[in-house]
Amino acid sequence: MRKSVAALAFLIVFAFLLLGMSQLRPFGEPENTEMDDYFLYDQEEGSQAHNQVNNIVTAILFDYRGLDTLGEATVLFSAVSGVVTVLRKVKKSGKEVQG
Amino acid sequence: MNWKMSRVVRTIADIMVVPIIIFGIYLIIHGHLSPGGGFQGGAVIASSTALLIIAYGSFGKHKDSLSSLESTGLTLFILIAFLGLGYTVFYNFLASGGAVFGGTVPYGINPGRLDSGGTVPLMNIMVGLEVTAALSLILWMMAKGSDSMDVEEASV
Repeated sequence: MRKSVAALAFLIVFAFLLLGMSQLRPFGEPENTEMDDYFLYDQEEGSQAHNQVNNIVTAILFDYRGLDTLGEATVLFSAVSGVVTVLRKVKKSGKEVQG
Repeated sequence: MNWKMSRVVRTIADIMVVPIIIFGIYLIIHGHLSPGGGFQGGAVIASSTALLIIAYGSFGKHKDSLSSLESTGLTLFILIAFLGLGYTVFYNFLASGGAVFGGTVPYGINPGRLDSGGTVPLMNIMVGLEVTAALSLILWMMAKGSDSMDVEEASV
């Protein structure tokens, strides 16, 4: 009973995934190309024209979305702060030990 | 802290650390030309720290230097971001004519030029410093913490 229910659920989900996959657009032909054209081909604000950067992913990461990268770096910084705080040396009396 | 792996492992680690670090530096400073960048290159360099810690099992006193390196990277990243404040934050004020990385790239497909990109490669280097120090510090603290846990409780 339980196995048949699991198989049925699997088949239904698989059919939905296949249905969704059959309606995908072909690779490399997006529906709206305005944003791609802006980053790729724009003569004033595009990646190569404005930033002189060949790698458009890096140009987006460090220039167009620079604040997002700053947030990522801050997340890493706070992760390190948490690890250092948790794993610091503490004596039984509760005082911190240098080093 | 007195465990270390065999001489074979230590020798291979010694040999492999150099190409790993060089590959990480390559990923960081070519971040504006090829796939990669500060985060990925920093993670590659930090993996060499993991290799050395596993092979040698000794830690040294690197906590303060790693911590200050991380803070320096993040601070310089923010500083470079705010240096473009004559226009906006994160304005690429060095592109096409700045003092460093001020070269221009031709429009379209081209072989790439290291001396281009303005602030983008500088920010790559700063983020690379920060990620290297951060991941190394996490690995270092965790290895040292798990190693000294039993000793600390026994000696107190």
